[in-house]
This record gives sequence, structure tokens and C-alpha cells, in this order.
Amino acid sequence: MLFLLLLVISLYMTIQSHAFHKSQFVNSANVVSGTIYEETNNLKEYLHLKSENEMLAKENARLKQTLYNSEIIIDSAFKVNPQLRIATDYNVFQTKIIRNNYNKKENYLTIKGGAKNGFTKDMGVINSRGVIGIVENVSNHYATVQSILNSKTRIDAKVSNSNHFGTIVWDGKNAGFVQLIDIPKLAKLHKGDSIVTGGESTIFPENIPIGVVDKVYASKTSNFYTISVRLFNDMTNIGSIYLIENVNLQEIKQLEEATLNDE
Amino acid sequence: MNSTLIINIFRFVSLLLLQVVLFDNIDLFGFVTPYPYILFILLYPLNSNRSGLILASFFLGLILDGFNNSGGVQAAACVSLAYFRESFLKFSFGISYEYHMMKITDKISTELLTYLGISILFHHLIFYSLEIFNLQFTLEILLRTVLSSALTLIFIIILIFLTKTAKK
Repeated sequence: MLFLLLLVISLYMTIQSHAFHKSQFVNSANVVSGTIYEETNNLKEYLHLKSENEMLAKENARLKQTLYNSEIIIDSAFKVNPQLRIATDYNVFQTKIIRNNYNKKENYLTIKGGAKNGFTKDMGVINSRGVIGIVENVSNHYATVQSILNSKTRIDAKVSNSNHFGTIVWDGKNAGFVQLIDIPKLAKLHKGDSIVTGGESTIFPENIPIGVVDKVYASKTSNFYTISVRLFNDMTNIGSIYLIENVNLQEIKQLEEATLNDE
Repeated sequence: MNSTLIINIFRFVSLLLLQVVLFDNIDLFGFVTPYPYILFILLYPLNSNRSGLILASFFLGLILDGFNNSGGVQAAACVSLAYFRESFLKFSFGISYEYHMMKITDKISTELLTYLGISILFHHLIFYSLEIFNLQFTLEILLRTVLSSALTLIFIIILIFLTKTAKK
């Protein structure tokens, strides 16, 4: 009897975790697993310091180039041009991954920092190379991130410099590639075209890089392409990350709910 | 508090820690991970309460599920292994295993290897079927089960061997 009861409980939790928009009852965003992963990561971190450093320096150079060439900044001390009104639609937080995962069908990452740092569910997670995932569970000091390498993940995306929107999904096969679906066959595509986040997403700002077109599959039975996208990120080796908070998310959600209720 | 209880609590905690800190990080060929933590279930005293084993196995699996964000996959596999352990023991050591009350790890025999092998395969098959949960990947489930089982078996034998030499 005890066996059946416990088996049913665990099977129920298994099915819940495979269902869309359902998070796990037990997850790694808690003090015990968070602390253990953080300590282990403190040791492992040293192995990747050099490449991590190089990546951040490159990002710095790129950002400086943008700043020096932008109209927003007026002098080398990064003084902001008072003539321009800059909207703060997004807040950016910096943190790091303490436990990476990429060899399952549903991958989750554990990150340092939680509710106490202002992290909330559904924040976008990126690094300098591109999209990494979406925040799923948050505790006081730790959070879990649903990786882009998770068969449950759906991210709005488009072909750069065009307005053909689609959805990024993952088929669970190769950690270097994701799939872009729902791009109409009218779209002109070339190998090497950039795929970036679309403007319809409430999680990510527009034009955050994801990957490049690797192969295009045209099905005879549908009017849409399935595109194999090679990720810019090497998801097996990621450390420093940024969390993006959409400041207007609450307002957008309220509006959407009000519209639904009106119908 | 008797010594068997203390030994089992120690095994529970140390095997979980080893799994989380060490074995979960092993990623052979990009998809083969060993799970030697189930040694706790396999070595649980033969003469003790079965419900106790089932309950302990459930929490063992559930805690690892928490670490791996995998729902209740490990819990389901561990509870099933705990429930069928007696049958696997009977199959490998013969019907008289209970009367002998032998320590199952006394020597690395064919019987012990059969017992470990069947149990590991059983656990891993349930685990990977539930984790991947997609008939489209049947071949991958079987491949992962077989390769991971082999790796788990190797690590379990090493662990048994290490604890034996430590005692001497």
C-alpha cells in the first residue's frame, strides 16, 4: 500500500514537471541545494576564469564602441545627453550560474541570487553572446532558470532585419542547435542569417541574438519552414549572466487580462 | 540509536552528496551519467522493515529530484527498486538468502554482480523512461539505460571495494 501511494505521488509529480507552464514542487532553488552548488561552483569556476575573462573583455570593448558612437553619451565620462529622454523599460541584473545542465530533454540551470536581489519568475536570462533562458522558480537566495535547451521552452524570435516572426523550440537532440518554427515560406532565408528575439516577447527586449540559420527544412504539408539554428552560446560552458526585468510587465499583463475579460 | 541506523543515515547523506557533487557532473559522450547513489537501497539491511526502506528510498529519490529539477522521476524509480529488491535478491542469491543472513558484499561473486546488475538496469530503465517521457526517443532511452547502468555498476563496485578495504 505504502509503495503504491508513494509511486502514485512520484508519478504525479513527474507528469506535472513534464506539463507546460507547471513548475516542479521540489526544485533546486532552495538553501540546501543552492549552497552545495555554490560551493562546488566556487571550486570549478577557476577552470574557466581565462575564457570567462576574455569573453567579458570582448563584451566591454563592444559596448564601449557602441557608447562612443552613440548620441546618448556626450563625453568620455559617459555623461548622458540631457536633450534625450531615455525610457527605462528594462532593468538589468548581473549574476552567475552555479549549476549548469544540458544533457537532458528538460534542462534547468541554478543561479545565485533570488527574491532578495529582486529576481522574479519570468525574467529573461542572457549573456553577451545571446539568450540563455527564462527564470522559473525563485527562493530567497537562489533561482532556477528554464534553459533554452528545454523541450518546454518557447521563445518569440525573428529573422534579423526582417519582420518574419516565429518561435524558438528545442527538439532535445543537440545542445548546439535549436529550431525556429512558424516562419512562413514567403520569407527569404540564407544560411548564416542571424536569428534574434522578436518584438512580441514580454520577457526579452527586441533584437537579442540567439543564433544563425544553419539548415532550412521545408515541409510539403505546411506553409512554414522549420529552421535549424546554431546557437551563438556554447551552452555547455556558461558562467556570468544577466537577468532582464521588463518594468512594464505588470501593466502589460493587467491590460491583457482586462481585454480577455471584456470579451 | 543502534549502529545499523547510524550507518544507514551516514550512507544516505554521503551517497547523496557524492551523487550531487561528483557523479552528476560526469557526462560521458555527452549523455551518460552514473547514479551510484542507489547503493543505499541495494545495501539496506536484509532483515529490517520493508516500509522503512520504501519510505527512505522515496525521500532519497525526491531529494535528488530537487537537486536536478526533475519532478518525481528519481523518487518513482527508487520506490520501485525498493519494492522489488526482495525479488531481485531471491533471483540472484536463491531462496535461502534470508536464512543465511550473510553480508551481501562479503565477496564480489557472480551472485552479487547479478543482483547489482539487475537492480541497476531496473532502476535506470524506469528513470530514463520517465525522464525522457517520449516514445519518439525509445532507442535513446534504451541506449542511455544500458550505458549508464554499466557506468553505475563500475562505480558501485569501486565504492564497495573502497569501503571494504577501509574497514580492514
